[in-house]
Amino acid sequence: MAPNMPPQPPLQHSTTAVADGQSHGHTAPPKGILRWLLTTNHKEIGSLYLIFSLTMFFIGGIFALVVRAELFQPGLQLVEPEFFNQMTTMHGLIMVFAAVMPAFTGLANWMIPLQIGAPDMALPRLNNFSFWLLPVAFTLLLSTLFMPGGGPNFGWTFYAPLSTTYAPPSTTFFILALHIAGISSILGAINIIATILNMRAPGMRLMDMPLFVWTWLITAFLLIAVMPVLAGVITMMLMDINFGTSFFDAAGGGDPVLFQHLFWFFGHPEVYIMILPAFGIVSAIIPTFARKPLFGYASMVYATAAIALLSFLVWAHHMFVVGLPLVAELFFMYSTMLIAVPTGVKVFNWVTTLFRGSISFESPMLFALAFVVLFTIGGFSGLMLAIAPADFQYHDTYFVVAHFHYVLVPGAIFAIMAGVYYWLPKWTGHYPNERLAQWHFWFSIIGVNLTFFPMHFAGLAGMPRRIPDYALQFADFNLLSSIGAFFFGASQLLFVLVVILCVRGGKKAPAKAWEGAVDLEWTVPSPAPLHTFETPPVFHRTSH
Amino acid sequence: MDSQNQAKVGVRRTVIRTVAVLVGMFGFAFALVPLYDVFCRITGINGKVDATAQSIVHEEVDESRYINVQFITRGSAGLPWQMSVEMRQMSVHPGQMAEVDFTFTNNSRSENWGRAVPSVSPSSATPYLRKISCFCFQEQLLQGGERLTIPLVFQLARDLPKDINTITLVYTLYPVEHAIQSASFNNTLNNSSQSDLKNYLKNNKAAGETI
Repeated sequence: MAPNMPPQPPLQHSTTAVADGQSHGHTAPPKGILRWLLTTNHKEIGSLYLIFSLTMFFIGGIFALVVRAELFQPGLQLVEPEFFNQMTTMHGLIMVFAAVMPAFTGLANWMIPLQIGAPDMALPRLNNFSFWLLPVAFTLLLSTLFMPGGGPNFGWTFYAPLSTTYAPPSTTFFILALHIAGISSILGAINIIATILNMRAPGMRLMDMPLFVWTWLITAFLLIAVMPVLAGVITMMLMDINFGTSFFDAAGGGDPVLFQHLFWFFGHPEVYIMILPAFGIVSAIIPTFARKPLFGYASMVYATAAIALLSFLVWAHHMFVVGLPLVAELFFMYSTMLIAVPTGVKVFNWVTTLFRGSISFESPMLFALAFVVLFTIGGFSGLMLAIAPADFQYHDTYFVVAHFHYVLVPGAIFAIMAGVYYWLPKWTGHYPNERLAQWHFWFSIIGVNLTFFPMHFAGLAGMPRRIPDYALQFADFNLLSSIGAFFFGASQLLFVLVVILCVRGGKKAPAKAWEGAVDLEWTVPSPAPLHTFETPPVFHRTSH
Repeated sequence: MDSQNQAKVGVRRTVIRTVAVLVGMFGFAFALVPLYDVFCRITGINGKVDATAQSIVHEEVDESRYINVQFITRGSAGLPWQMSVEMRQMSVHPGQMAEVDFTFTNNSRSENWGRAVPSVSPSSATPYLRKISCFCFQEQLLQGGERLTIPLVFQLARDLPKDINTITLVYTLYPVEHAIQSASFNNTLNNSSQSDLKNYLKNNKAAGETI
């Protein structure tokens, strides 16, 4: 994914120097591995994030395939139940914290400076640091699998006391890994906010920014607000485990339900952290390929902000069965349903943008359209889960699994893939191989639906999640899901192939790679040179 | 240069503000622990009861209704004790004093400290339950093989909401690793209410009846 780098000489001054306001000569940049270790260039760091995320996507995917292989038929065949628990837990943790979040941060690093006409991120060295924390964090996390007692086995939500009193000894390493990953996210968020607020091209107001920038600005605020809460929770866990406190231990006067409140106070905004940038990507792609300006730009911004604000008021809908008082159940039920309103505004705007557009179906558009349809399905099953009395039936079943995989796989991940296909010409100077990309799309969409759609039925019929065995009547649904999962996993190799082929060559892309594209990134050459917008561009207001 | 300097100042300001928010939110997470406790205590949500003895309120007994009070005891891994209750449920009038015996048995050979943590269901009944004497106020020390019977003395407030007909009291035993205080049952009752209670019990025995 690295852009075709020009030969070394043009690197006369690093971006750090530019940000410091010095333009005099600088020693030649290091070569080989050190170049990547020490880089402060937003494009190179963006590529590092994306490559890291893709690697973790496959590691997390392999864990999911272990789970699906075990669930292929009833009974215990392949793995021990203890290991199964570690696989479900690690799959969730890796996909959330190491695949989806870094992928969005990578796209932000690459595209935000290009979309707002900034020469680089505001804090380039911090940017380098926040990336290199990630390999450290997740090497540490993955290493717990080889420790005595195994890795985390309490689900990605690590509810106390499963994660404290009954946790494996490696849990302290898990906490440390999550702390490091959290610091990385926080530093990334600070950088993104500082860049967007201070480094826009002259004349670009906030309401002129592309929606990807807007959604990321709001996401970064969410990160700043909730990652410290996560850090607080895991610090309390650390103290409960190692220092004899009783934050979550009823024996010492603590309360396990408090853990769930704190966790979901972080956890619900976290799920919007994983979807808001996806909204931004789709809002860039649909107008481009419908060759119409986005319908309702301002309402998109306000809807995103509304979703972000509401995300702080709905956390206990994850906890309808802990014994909340009736008033609380009603409050969280209605506030959750309220989120459907701004989300509905967004879906309406996307569909209306398509209406009477001159649509063409290149691979980014296919993924974006699939996003709109399948994310909406995930949204609807979310509404079903929001109904407190119904949730008593759905809670902790495969219906929940189906719901959040619909919003995360054809939601967040399809949007990331759409974004990659959309911006690959800018990054590499070549179009991705359209035929292979279309094969990838059709394999993916069949795989996703085959994997996750039957889970709705298994869940409604009462199949509990996170259990390595199941009753015989669920066998057919699970068979389908497992076949779909392996099909989906294998078809992602096609994605890697397309990206590698695109980096190495292909049809040359012009500066404006897509006919209907309008944002600032399409004014710089393809591939984007290492340094862009060193003199701020002149921003021409388009009619939003 | 000028706009670059301006951006630099802006970046510094943004960083300072975001770091301030960060620190604030980290503190907020920890502040939520006591806040949550206070919130639960005030509203009675979560079935948390006062861990201190309350004094008897002499009020007229509401004989128009019976409230079914159920008792559930639960052991815990790590504490080789058994806890049982004299009767599974009893009927009391609001305002009436009631007494029920709980028996703790240490099945091991060594002495251990334990603590019974209470929970009330429905949680909306919590503010109306007055515990005059309860083993749950303190940690217990049992010698190996020792057996101990302790009464729970409680009163339901007269203004208990009409829609509550059944109240369930759950006691879960937890091991206590360090003896924080050497509690004995004589000081379970605070001194002011002790004599008061004894007199009251003498006059108003037959508080509960086995069902």
